[in-house]
Amino acid sequence: MTQIVTRQGFARETWPEAGVIVTFESLWNGQDLPIERPIGVRLAPDSNAADLEPWFDTMAMVIVPFGKSADGRGFSLARQLRQLGYAGIIRAEGHVLVDQFRAALRVGIDQVAISDEQAARNPEDQWLAVPHFDGYQSRLFAAE
Amino acid sequence: MYSYTNFDAAFVRDRVKEFRSQVERRLDGSLTEDEFKPLRLMNGLYLQLHAYMLRVAVPYGTLNSRQMRQLAHIADTWDKGYGHFTTRQNIQFNWPKLKDVPDILDALADVGMHAIQTSGNCIRNVTADHFAGAAADEIEDPRPTAELIRQWSTDHPEFAYLPRKFKVGVTGSPNDRAVTKAHDIGLRMVRGEAGEPGYEVIVGGGLGRTPMIGKVVRDFLPKRDLLAYLEAILQVYNLSGRRDNKYKARIKILVHETGIDELRARIEETFRRNRRLLPDVDPAIVARIEAAFAAPAWADRPVPDAPRLDAGLASFIDTNVVAHKRPDHAIVSVSLKPTGGTPGDATSAQMRVLADLAERYSHDELRISHEQNVILPHVHRADLPAVYAALREAGLATANIGLVGDIIACPGMDYCALATARSIPIAQQISEMFADLDAQRDIGPLKIKISGCINACGHHHVGHIGILGLDRAGVENYQLTLGGDGTETATIGTRTGHGFAYDEIVPAVGRLIGAYLDARETPEETFLETYRRLGMDPFKAALYGQEEQADAA
Amino acid sequence: MARKFLPQVATANDLFEGDVIYLTADNTWTREHAEAAVAETPEAAEALLKAAEAFPLQVVGPYLADAQIVDGRPAPVHFREDFRTRGPSNYFHGKQAEKTEA
Repeated sequence: MTQIVTRQGFARETWPEAGVIVTFESLWNGQDLPIERPIGVRLAPDSNAADLEPWFDTMAMVIVPFGKSADGRGFSLARQLRQLGYAGIIRAEGHVLVDQFRAALRVGIDQVAISDEQAARNPEDQWLAVPHFDGYQSRLFAAE
Repeated sequence: MYSYTNFDAAFVRDRVKEFRSQVERRLDGSLTEDEFKPLRLMNGLYLQLHAYMLRVAVPYGTLNSRQMRQLAHIADTWDKGYGHFTTRQNIQFNWPKLKDVPDILDALADVGMHAIQTSGNCIRNVTADHFAGAAADEIEDPRPTAELIRQWSTDHPEFAYLPRKFKVGVTGSPNDRAVTKAHDIGLRMVRGEAGEPGYEVIVGGGLGRTPMIGKVVRDFLPKRDLLAYLEAILQVYNLSGRRDNKYKARIKILVHETGIDELRARIEETFRRNRRLLPDVDPAIVARIEAAFAAPAWADRPVPDAPRLDAGLASFIDTNVVAHKRPDHAIVSVSLKPTGGTPGDATSAQMRVLADLAERYSHDELRISHEQNVILPHVHRADLPAVYAALREAGLATANIGLVGDIIACPGMDYCALATARSIPIAQQISEMFADLDAQRDIGPLKIKISGCINACGHHHVGHIGILGLDRAGVENYQLTLGGDGTETATIGTRTGHGFAYDEIVPAVGRLIGAYLDARETPEETFLETYRRLGMDPFKAALYGQEEQADAA
Repeated sequence: MARKFLPQVATANDLFEGDVIYLTADNTWTREHAEAAVAETPEAAEALLKAAEAFPLQVVGPYLADAQIVDGRPAPVHFREDFRTRGPSNYFHGKQAEKTEA
């Protein structure tokens, strides 16, 4: 099972009730998608954000995998999605450290899905205690 | 010199607070060591062979007197009264306790310093020419660029978990003193066709296990596009760099395996897209940074003509002092390589002397060079005798800059957990072998660089004589390379042959230098020139003698 | 290639101080190599490492190191482990200095 974490703390998992989660491959391969329900797309670590552009308006959620805490590809993937204009939910899934939470939010990730084991070791108060001070980047690129 | 804005100050304090909480959580068990390690590394804290080690950033090697005094204070309060200046213009404290580190970081923040991103797989402390703003050959001061990169790369949310560490070096001079071709990204300031300032962008240089000279990815990048272009390179690297093997994870391997042309195409495509999306850097911030590096108010004092110099001062000026962009000033290099000493080490008392001298004679500026020396960049020529006298009193007047005694050495197995052999004692013994500075001057310019493992922190690949310490079946063994060059004509040295035991390596270096002295055509021909003229043979003969011929038979 | 089994000690660094430490036979940590517990068989070595790994709030990076018995006490085999029992060679710092003080 997983625990959803947002900036407001622990949250209840609403998927799959909220919609259908498909893999990027099925999207890419043009399989029939349930248009009557919102879709979430689970990416692979080596997915290319630009490939998703045609579906930006139809994806309610994109799931970016975080395989190991040292694998930072997800940060670039999420930021690229935002840079390209994706406005839906971005979820980071896998091993995201409490201390990576601030960076995750800053690249445009909205929520993190962690294992119950990690949730037990990193209870809600640790996630709520993460400071959200501004970074240099938002200051340097004044209009961002 | 750049001084912290309220934003910088608040940011660094927040980071100290954050690290204090991380230390607490490590101690109470809510962070495992595996989780804590990347966090402490991002704050410059290593666990070494005998103790923790804190690596403090000296951005682009520039310090003022107050900062240098604070380093002395830290050395006295939480360490053993000294610090070690490194080949990346940082300073390392070798004996801090974990619980004291947040206090040390607060003490650094008090003077506008930090240890952020001096380790870990992130964008490291940006380095620059240590003669920046003073050199006679400079096109433009590289430090505003370096400071802009420091701000952009600090705490960048996208690039804190790269495949591997990432080093950026900047030079503003055609004579490359910043080894830009051995950095993940090297920036050389150049002028465009209309005389507008910009950069030549070099990517994929690096030493270590697979030494590579960087390749030009962009001939001319307009200044205003710098950060968007760096973002493009980093984004391509973060997504495509190898993560399956740490020895193949640096961008140099991506350049090598992908090919520079294909990689350039990907970078340029990402750049074109991002430049459209990324707003320009706030011009007010750029202007403020540039103003911070405006030239100091030079003193208009006469230079004494033809002063009578005592022999010590004369040779000091000859060896350690170079031309400044103003003829009435000079750049003084203070050697941290006394005979028999540890390259790059300074005691707290010496740091205070250097701070005093900077304050009084060098417009309050000090530089740390990648060659592990300290620079007084703006000394009026009339003050050279007084500066020399004060340095001599503090044991800091060794006149050996650029000579055989001016050895670069990493900490090696005396401190470093990664080392495979010791470096420092080899440097100490070589400098003792050439204790006579007149003999050093006779040998002339010679760069010996020693690394205690394949990671090459001692830059051995680009030493005229490079020494690499290895562990061969449980015994220290030292390999030699010749002909390396870290300047604008960057070259990776060539291995001579089999290595030497701990007690054989120093005599072997002695034989190499003897062979050079025998072979040089004139006293002006340097070791490197002789090597380039004659190749490896005479040096191999000196190293291996009969044994080599027997092998060939 | 079958490597001859050498006696093993379990060593690590102290979490608070960073100093080199060794696991003793009574499951405490010491700063003296000579006081380390010695595993004489591969099975005992495995158990020793497991015991050393049970202190995540006290020690960092436990591992097994080759040892030899000198005058009835364990001593290091590899030069790296030998340096770890003393401290750096360029200054009289670390264990070598603490021993003098004691």
